[in-house]
Amino acid sequence: MAISEDKVAHVAGLAKLAFSKEELQKFTGQMGEIINMVQQLSDVDTTGVEVTTHVTDAVDTMREDKAVKGTDRELLLKNAPDHQDGFIKVPAIIDESEEA
Amino acid sequence: MNYFANDLTSLHDLLVKKEISATDLTKETLATIKEREQKVDAFLSVDEEGALKQAAEVDEAGVDATNVLSGIPLGIKDNIVTKGLKTTAASKILENFDPIYDATVIEKLKAAKAITIGKTNMDEFAMGGSTENSAFKLTKNAWDQTKVPGGSSGGSAAAVASGEVVASLGSDTGGSIRQPASFNGIVGVKPTYGRVSRYGLIAFASSLDQIGPFTRSVRDNATLLNAISGADPRDFTSSKREVPDFTQGIDGGVKGMRIAVPKEYLGEGVAADIKKAVKNAITVFEKLGATVDEVSLPHSKYGVPVYYIIASSEASSNLQRFDGIRYGHRAQNVKNLEDVYVKSRSEGFGDEVKRRIMLGTFSLSAGTYDAFFKKAAQVRTLICQDFARVFAEYDLILGPTTPTTAFGIGEDIKDPVTMYMNDILTIPVNLAGLPGMSLPAGYSKGLPIGLQLIANQFDEKTMYRAGYAFEQETEFHKQAPTIGGQN
Amino acid sequence: MNFETTIGLEVHIEMKTNSKAFSPAPVQYGSEPNTNTNVVDWAFPGVLPTVNKGALEFGMRAALALNCEITRDIHFDRKNYFYPDNPKAYQITQAQTPIGRHGWLEVEVDGHKKKIGIEEMHVEEDAGKNTHNPDGYSYVDLNRQGTPLIEIVSKPDIASAEEAYAYLVRLRQIIQFTGISDVKMEEGSMRADVNVSVRPIGSDKLGTRTEMKNLNSFEHVRKGAHYESRRQQRVLMAGDKIRQETRRFDEATGETVLMRVKEGASDYRYFPEPDLPPIHISDEWVQEVKNSIPEMPDKRRKRYVDDWGLPEYDANVLTQTKEMSDFFEETVAQGADPKLAGNWLMGDVNAYLNANQIGLLETKLTPEHLATMIKLIQDATISSKIAKKVFKEIITNGSEPKVWVEKKGLVQLSDPAVLQPIIDDVLQNNEKSIEDYKNGKDRAIGFLVGQIMKQTRGKANPKVVNQLLIASLKQL
Repeated sequence: MAISEDKVAHVAGLAKLAFSKEELQKFTGQMGEIINMVQQLSDVDTTGVEVTTHVTDAVDTMREDKAVKGTDRELLLKNAPDHQDGFIKVPAIIDESEEA
Repeated sequence: MNYFANDLTSLHDLLVKKEISATDLTKETLATIKEREQKVDAFLSVDEEGALKQAAEVDEAGVDATNVLSGIPLGIKDNIVTKGLKTTAASKILENFDPIYDATVIEKLKAAKAITIGKTNMDEFAMGGSTENSAFKLTKNAWDQTKVPGGSSGGSAAAVASGEVVASLGSDTGGSIRQPASFNGIVGVKPTYGRVSRYGLIAFASSLDQIGPFTRSVRDNATLLNAISGADPRDFTSSKREVPDFTQGIDGGVKGMRIAVPKEYLGEGVAADIKKAVKNAITVFEKLGATVDEVSLPHSKYGVPVYYIIASSEASSNLQRFDGIRYGHRAQNVKNLEDVYVKSRSEGFGDEVKRRIMLGTFSLSAGTYDAFFKKAAQVRTLICQDFARVFAEYDLILGPTTPTTAFGIGEDIKDPVTMYMNDILTIPVNLAGLPGMSLPAGYSKGLPIGLQLIANQFDEKTMYRAGYAFEQETEFHKQAPTIGGQN
Repeated sequence: MNFETTIGLEVHIEMKTNSKAFSPAPVQYGSEPNTNTNVVDWAFPGVLPTVNKGALEFGMRAALALNCEITRDIHFDRKNYFYPDNPKAYQITQAQTPIGRHGWLEVEVDGHKKKIGIEEMHVEEDAGKNTHNPDGYSYVDLNRQGTPLIEIVSKPDIASAEEAYAYLVRLRQIIQFTGISDVKMEEGSMRADVNVSVRPIGSDKLGTRTEMKNLNSFEHVRKGAHYESRRQQRVLMAGDKIRQETRRFDEATGETVLMRVKEGASDYRYFPEPDLPPIHISDEWVQEVKNSIPEMPDKRRKRYVDDWGLPEYDANVLTQTKEMSDFFEETVAQGADPKLAGNWLMGDVNAYLNANQIGLLETKLTPEHLATMIKLIQDATISSKIAKKVFKEIITNGSEPKVWVEKKGLVQLSDPAVLQPIIDDVLQNNEKSIEDYKNGKDRAIGFLVGQIMKQTRGKANPKVVNQLLIASLKQL
């Protein structure tokens, strides 16, 4: 399966990564190789085979609905690149409609 | 302190008999680290002040005679968060990250009065098999400084192999404990998925990651696993199963043990001297009274693509939290929110991490999910079933840990697919959530060869028992690199 | 050409559990920013989610109250997108195994009853809050992050703005009765996404739909859906096509305004949450939750009519809110006559609440006091005129009615031995009125009663006074 530079650029957009033109070309090549590897899987007959998404024996685990006091705010904000009045501060989105 | 001549038990004896204080042990360890770091570069940070403070506390309270880890300095892989001690996962995006809580394994080690001496180097976010993907430094193999230490837990392995510490913790997502253990001639164990809490382990692939110990001896390894295992209410994937004492019955021998050797593990691509070492190991086990048969794990060849899809998919999602907003690197000169995201992430992540994020994002994206993620999750089921069939009849699976000994620095990394193939022997174990061990089983041109033992889920005891029997019967573990000048 | 309108509603309701859906931090509205958060809510490196049993239980309650089938084997999924109020950059939700499916609720519009289908319901987590300031920065408060939500997705069964409105009113009523949420629109604990499409009558294919997101007023939903339906019809009549787009309801103009055109489906890269193993919901658990669900309004309404003989209308009004219905039932349980209790609640109590713009539970009135007051009226201890005074006292100051009535000396005078001398006295002093009475002027009785009431400062039992007065006049 070939993968186009456009598709790689689209995926980069979803992943919030930017690449230079050269990097994009490099990635397109490498992604193509990996995707070829993945093509091997199409040889395997998986008709009726369940998916495995967890391999733990711990199922049906739940926590009782008891509240525990929040972590100290100053501590939480310690690593924040920018904050003010107890809020985390970030440059605003320009395009309001981006809201998901 | 000469960690080549001591194990946890002998060190504990020295501490209990007050022949050495925890403070002296820590000071000596710090001195050794200072000296050998010039050659191996295993640590990203050494917490001299914190370690000495912890040691002083141990000395003040007196070494706990019932607690073998009391006062013992340990190395911790830098993707395990340590409160107040910089934790970077070897990534620029977390270059100055100062954790505000301890991982569960760190809480347990602190409760056991073990001393965190420093944080070890690794491939960025545990992605890689050589530790060359660290954003900060190049760690060298303890046996030959022109070779890689393996990865991703290369720092933890090199620190133990070079005698800087007696034991350390790493993490294993697709072989990241076993492969560097193999490359460095030490014992490394990836426990059963769910045996050790992942709370506080910076996630690479949530359904595959597991923390485990590096040691020079099998018994030490079991001792350290005892200390870090157990259910954790903060990690719902941790098993609620009772944890046995892994050292208990470790010397029980392998008489009557049924061992399977998958033919796929000794096929093309595995170097001749590696095959020879594995065959020798088979002879040793047979001599000790085990039966060894060849079996087949027909789907193991799909392990690599399955792994890369599942691990990358989970990673692409897990690593989205590194967005430059609440912690970590935020790019300068940003005009808007999109800039914060794209610039911070593009500057903060290295190439290998970006590559995997890209593959994972692609695998999960609309129109691709069924052919990629879902298909891989189905083939994963078949891989699990392969193992289940073997374990219905056998106690243990045996094979090489790696197809080659440690490769040269800069040698293999250019081609990602070749790099990935290096993982083929270790990956299926993670996919099936099984426990796996690598222990020294030979040398080739002065470089260690690792033997891999794989047990059924939650049957680490059988694995340790077999490893111990092999270790006692052979001399491989007694060799040490010349790095300390002791040979 | 004639068109029919199809509306689908996705409603998000915040559930008032003690702790968050996937972290033990407290669920609380109106706190200082970032004070009800922990390292899990902040998505610090290495943290893991934990499932709140209470959130699942509340979700099941809602699903059962809306006649859904409970999905027995559930897991959670990740919905991936970047936003500052979404710290993990994924939301934990239920994409593949919604807690409930195939439910319905019944609405009545213009006298016609109609069942509206519920496609599915998901338990998921709310995001934090991102406030945009004119200074070019956004300010992020993660207190709301992780608050459990139940998302209720209707089938596209809703055929008009009026039905959409009725659906929301009914949904709010049912959810309120389950006790899982305060469903306060003004606090954002109930929010609706509205999908509208139109198609020529008879067409078997749904038209292209537009979406309005996060409306927090039923009135806006009604007006927006109405406007949107008419707008789409105009577009089609003009020979143009409807674009799949997100629109915003403009309060000021009552119109919908284009926000953005959707290009294909959003790519949220859903996949099973690897940090949370699957959960099986047992028969026993479902039964337990069923048993814990309070009686729903329909049932209560029927009981009020059948058992207590209330008119259908009264029963309906008294079950509009759980607050009112619970208060009513408690008042009856305290011994009040159901009809009288209902009248007081629908009349004076509601009037008081409206006049003061407050909720029933914000007043000092208790069911016990209301019942006591009603009994005082019934056994003639107080007159209905005095009762108005008593009512004002007990709802404003919370006094015990019996004690207050006695303290203020407001007990009605019904004893003939006490009243007769007063009547005699009044008659002696009002001979003109007696003359008038004898001459057949009935008005005189009214005057005399008034005089007696004046003498007793309103406390005399008018019925007894009437009887005694007429008897006395006849003897004259």
